[in-house]
Amino acid sequence: MAEPRFAVVAEGLRKRYGGTHALAGLDLRVPAGTVHGLLGPNGAGKTTAVRVLATLARPDGGTARVAGHDVVRAAAEVRTRIGLVGQHAAVDEVLGGRQNLVMFGRLYHLGAKDARRRADELLERFRLTGAAAKPVSEYSGGMRRRLDLAASMILAPPVLFLDEPTTGLDPRSRGEVWDAIRTLVGGGTTVLLTTQYLEEADRLADGISVIDHGRVIAGGTPDALKARLGGDRVEVVLDDPGSLATAAEIVGRVASAEVDVDAEALRVGAPVTGRATVLTEVLRALDDAGLRVADIGLRRPTLDEVFLHLTENIENTENVQDEKEGVRS
Amino acid sequence: MSVQTLRWAVADGRVLTARALAHWARRPGEVAMALLFPVMVVLMMGYLFGGQMDVPGGGNYREFIVPGMFALTMAFGVETTFTAIAGDAAKGVADRFRAMPMAPSAVVVGRATADMLHSVVALAVMAACGVLIGWRVHDGAAKALAGLGLLLLLRFSLIWLGIYLGLMAKGPESVAAVQVLVWPIGFLSSALVAPSTMPGWLGAIAEWNPMSATVTACRELFGDPVSGGSWAAQHSVLMAVVWPLAIAAVFAPLSVRRYRALGG
Repeated sequence: MAEPRFAVVAEGLRKRYGGTHALAGLDLRVPAGTVHGLLGPNGAGKTTAVRVLATLARPDGGTARVAGHDVVRAAAEVRTRIGLVGQHAAVDEVLGGRQNLVMFGRLYHLGAKDARRRADELLERFRLTGAAAKPVSEYSGGMRRRLDLAASMILAPPVLFLDEPTTGLDPRSRGEVWDAIRTLVGGGTTVLLTTQYLEEADRLADGISVIDHGRVIAGGTPDALKARLGGDRVEVVLDDPGSLATAAEIVGRVASAEVDVDAEALRVGAPVTGRATVLTEVLRALDDAGLRVADIGLRRPTLDEVFLHLTENIENTENVQDEKEGVRS
Repeated sequence: MSVQTLRWAVADGRVLTARALAHWARRPGEVAMALLFPVMVVLMMGYLFGGQMDVPGGGNYREFIVPGMFALTMAFGVETTFTAIAGDAAKGVADRFRAMPMAPSAVVVGRATADMLHSVVALAVMAACGVLIGWRVHDGAAKALAGLGLLLLLRFSLIWLGIYLGLMAKGPESVAAVQVLVWPIGFLSSALVAPSTMPGWLGAIAEWNPMSATVTACRELFGDPVSGGSWAAQHSVLMAVVWPLAIAAVFAPLSVRRYRALGG
């Protein structure tokens, strides 16, 4: 069978827990071979989405296909084509790293010899060979996560689900996990990643879906999402409160939206379009007006700003539907 | 179910049995503790409390309690099953298994096989201890083996109870709650004292306790004097078969349903 163009397709997925709509018509398309970030606050439905796609939970409505197979009707087919890394490092704490990988290999129906060979390969690849015999309870958080990733990669599945893979890790371990994920993607794996860390999505993801209240509220590349907020921002910091008004007027000439004036920080900022010439234009005008500038810069909005912006909009327009958020974050 | 599916179910069950055995190899201290704990209880009961105990119908109290201790050892096994199942569910290992193309039955088959092996060893240790403190088989090996068979049948039914409770629990720490459950149920039976010495209504409950059925049946099969006038006590061998089957018939389907519903 030819590789489907989209490794993950979800259409109108619905899932209720009690009175809570964890998924309220989720649509998703992840092109094969890409990393897709599912971004959203706690309770937005990220984990529920992954659980449905990984065949762990049955949807109440809608359909989903993973690697070309329906997650409900062909769950067994899906299971041979996915890897899942959940929020806990789902490995046996008592056994050693190698014992874990051999056990999972056997459960993936590899022969004894193949399971051992694959375990050694993965230990090498995830830099765990030195700790292979040690019980997992003695591993660091980052090592557990790497073992967890290795266990998900035993069959080299075409689709990998990572549910908040770096939550609770220190920056060093986080970096290790990111490196491991990049290596996997280099091998052609499609990754669906949920995260609360916008930096993580920014660094790893080709495409992002922002979800809230069980639905996708925005999607696109990280850059496109940032552009939706009005592209770049120019920011000028002055050293005299008296020059704020003039500076605001000057920045206003190049601004694509309203100018923000922060009187306390002596800062004037506004979204602009046309990256290259804006800075010199503003600087020259300020100079002509005889204003002294402490700092001036052009920066892109962070994904955090995009996210806050999007979820605020939703709250403003959907106050009526005051539903409690999903029980599963 | 095709032959191939069945073959994988057996293979996957063996992998998970091996996993449990590997746990023992990694943590022999825990296994030794679990095996020696009933020995400690039997010595405590036999030598500390035993002097004050009169067995109705005569006989040695230490010999009286050994069949009771066999059954209590089986009951304590619920905690082993519970801890393993609840631990896997809490740590996401159960989710990993469920998202893999393995046989879903393997989790139970592996657990049950390992726990039954553990119980056989525990019975052997308890029997050795029993012989040292004066317990004897009076009615021949065949009946004695039948008694051990009934004990293992009780253990098998309690595996389902342990699995069900483990799947319902928030985590392996809740084992304390299971202990609170197991002890009174274990002691409110004919295991360590004759129900005829209890207040009437309590004695009646004790005689109908599934534990008592197995204990009394064992005493009968080992050739020890048996007391108790209730119908349950007089048909103890029958009850020692019926009760475990009933327990399994209730908790096996409940466990399967709960396991399937883990993901919601």
